Amino acid sequence: MTNTTKSPSPILKVWDAIWTPLLSVLVALIIAGIILIITGANPLTVYVSLVKGAFIQPGAFAETLTIATPYILLGLGVSLGFTAGLFNIGAEGQFYVGAVVSTYIGYAVTGLPAIIHLPLALIGGALAGALWAGIAGYFKATRGAHEVITTIMLNYIAFALTDYLINGPLRGKGSAPRTPEVLDSALLPKLFSSSDNLHWGFILALVILVGYWFLTQRMPLGLQIRTVGANPDAARYAGISVNRMTVVSMLISGALCGLAGASEVLGRYHYMPAAFTAGYGFDAIAISLLGQGNPIGVLIASVLFGAMNAGSGFMQLEANVTPAIISVLQAFIIVFVAAPAIIRSFFKK
Amino acid sequence: MNKPSTSPATVDPKAVPVLEMRGITKRFPGVLANDNINLDLQRGEIHCLLGENGAGKSTLMNILYGLYLPNEGEILLNGKPTKITSPKIAIAHGIGMVHQHFMLVPTLTVTENVTLGLEENKGLFIDVKKPAERIRELSKQYGLEVDPDAYIKDLSVGMQQRVEIIKTLYRNAQILVLDEPTAVLTPQEVDDLFHTLSQLTAQGKSIIFITHKLREVLKVARRITVLRQGRVVGSTTPQEADSAKLASMMVGRSVLLKVDKDAAKPQAPVLSVSNLRVLSERRTVAVNGVSFEVRAGEIVGIAGVEGNGQTELVEAITGLRHIEQGTVQIGSVAIPSDNPDAVIEAGTAHIPEDRHKYGLVLSYPIRYNMVLSIFDKPPFTQGLSLNEPVITQNAKDLIKKFDVRTPSEETFAGSLSGGNQQKVVVAREFSRPIKLLIASQPTRGVDVGSVEFIHKQIVSQRDAGVAVLLISAELDEIMSLSDRILVMYKGKVVGQSEAATAKREDIGLLMMGTQKN
Repeated sequence: MTNTTKSPSPILKVWDAIWTPLLSVLVALIIAGIILIITGANPLTVYVSLVKGAFIQPGAFAETLTIATPYILLGLGVSLGFTAGLFNIGAEGQFYVGAVVSTYIGYAVTGLPAIIHLPLALIGGALAGALWAGIAGYFKATRGAHEVITTIMLNYIAFALTDYLINGPLRGKGSAPRTPEVLDSALLPKLFSSSDNLHWGFILALVILVGYWFLTQRMPLGLQIRTVGANPDAARYAGISVNRMTVVSMLISGALCGLAGASEVLGRYHYMPAAFTAGYGFDAIAISLLGQGNPIGVLIASVLFGAMNAGSGFMQLEANVTPAIISVLQAFIIVFVAAPAIIRSFFKK
Repeated sequence: MNKPSTSPATVDPKAVPVLEMRGITKRFPGVLANDNINLDLQRGEIHCLLGENGAGKSTLMNILYGLYLPNEGEILLNGKPTKITSPKIAIAHGIGMVHQHFMLVPTLTVTENVTLGLEENKGLFIDVKKPAERIRELSKQYGLEVDPDAYIKDLSVGMQQRVEIIKTLYRNAQILVLDEPTAVLTPQEVDDLFHTLSQLTAQGKSIIFITHKLREVLKVARRITVLRQGRVVGSTTPQEADSAKLASMMVGRSVLLKVDKDAAKPQAPVLSVSNLRVLSERRTVAVNGVSFEVRAGEIVGIAGVEGNGQTELVEAITGLRHIEQGTVQIGSVAIPSDNPDAVIEAGTAHIPEDRHKYGLVLSYPIRYNMVLSIFDKPPFTQGLSLNEPVITQNAKDLIKKFDVRTPSEETFAGSLSGGNQQKVVVAREFSRPIKLLIASQPTRGVDVGSVEFIHKQIVSQRDAGVAVLLISAELDEIMSLSDRILVMYKGKVVGQSEAATAKREDIGLLMMGTQKN
């Protein structure tokens, strides 16, 4: 058609960006509510107790933010991949290698002041994640190996590798299979001295979030990455090396995921257990989709997922329903976010 | 302007038209695609529907074919109001459509393609004998020679079009709609097609012929209806109108159809291509030992039917496709294979044939598209960050200079019309100092007004000393713009001539691979 349409006003743009995720969450809540009714529970009580457990109970909000911390970094990592047109399913593996490397630096390197030791451990984790994802990026660029396949395979290697390390060379003295404690000089300090777990990793994640926004929205490198994601042919035509951007994007994506792992061990656990918080890296894919690749969106989605995880315990106690309902809820959110067409068909004729 | 019903003396105004579209209005969100359009078709006539891209021709025909429902208006077939709600119903009423892009299965035979989806094929076994016989009869009756047992993939484009026409005749079409039927044909094939059309009308078929090519309209039409911005702006006949009049009706203002240019003053060679060999997507040889030079200050046009290696040639020169053999030199720089950046650095501007694939990022605002290949260089990047004010100002300036019709520089490239999208590409490519311009189908899908503008820009680049390589499937464009013409056929340059002395017919023959004796 010849008539040019105006680009939407900023408010409309924002609304456009949030209404699918918003409605996805809403519809997921309704469907999970129906399931709750079928199982004989009152969804209202359940949701109220979930909110209480996530935000209102003493220390609840801090716990929500603590869980949101790795989600933010992982969500940004996955989002950067999407921006470049890459589906980094390997966030979980990159999270693991980041965690194990920064744990090792955290306890094995001694005699450093915190001002050097902590950044060293963080950077070590980020580099490990970058390297892990970079392998997939390299093979995509040079051999055309699809990143979905290679990152999944790298996940399994990461799981097996960390498992071996924690049960073998890196095993601490205690009876449980876990690494030794990270030295104080490498710890991310607590934000408040109270009994909750919230640590400086959360602030770090927020800083990274701003940096992510700057990279993707303001830096030429970010625009190059976006161009490759939006139209690789046009990128090539404009002299942007698609292969280079593929590797660079995977490196940055992996670094963010590795940093998430570092923050988790240096801020929350202070060691790396054999059974590490499984599934964060996969949740991050949903968070990235829910956040629509937008840093603020990722932040909101991370807090939402953090809240669901943090509140599930209290919900189980007070409303007496299985925490599995949280998984159901999350699963429905993912389905609807991943298939916005379903959601649109509900609300548009 | 005359009303359609009274204009031509050759059509009996009292006869009931085979088709009448009355007051057709079709709205899309934000766009009035058809605004109270009236159109009638008499038995045995060719009625040309003329208009630029986006004028509403396709929408109107899609309504006739049952693909869209009109918001208002009615369709009368032989005087009877008829609701056409699906292509199936349209076909049942004797309406046949030949699309611009053929709807044929290359790996099936002519007979199989013609009978595809018909009752003949619904049973357990396929009877090929009877349909083949009927196709032979139709071919004979209308002079559409074609072998029913041939595979589509072995047929020339002109032959494939015949199959499409036979497909409609096989379904007893009385009204044929041909959508831009000459876009992919050589001049000789076009003549054949026109001959076929006159046979069809002589035997009582009625034809709606959609085009934007003025020359054809004047040659083939009995009546002409011109659409602009969804409205009928007038109806006329070839006797009453000439090209200039039709063009001004299409565009709404007078248009310069001929390109005004002085004789070229060629200087030193800028682009030297030597013995180039390039493979196609399917790993067949697409460019086979091509050599030529383009000098500063001249326009070299490459004529040829599409698919004879022109696309691959341009992609190889611009670094987008691997060079198997041979060399490309721009200025004093030997261009390595697969390196678009080196080509840009050597001072090349490239108007790509497919602006959606290469030329633009449709999801970006115009602002970014205007600096697509240079946003990482000063002044568009300062320090770590993009210099948004400069990028915005650059877009504003270019929008003004190149007359891009857009609400603002924030508008997404994807929501511009084809002509304006092309202007964005042209503006960007001309906005930096260049030595070489490679313009591939620079006016494809572009409205007549913009064509004039883009042609002027290309000529002014030439006059400023830029070497221009022009590739176009439109022979008229090649003839009027070029200083020298090369003809490509099956991956080779088969002919070369000075534009001033070149004859249309000779080039047409070369495009089909036949040499004049």
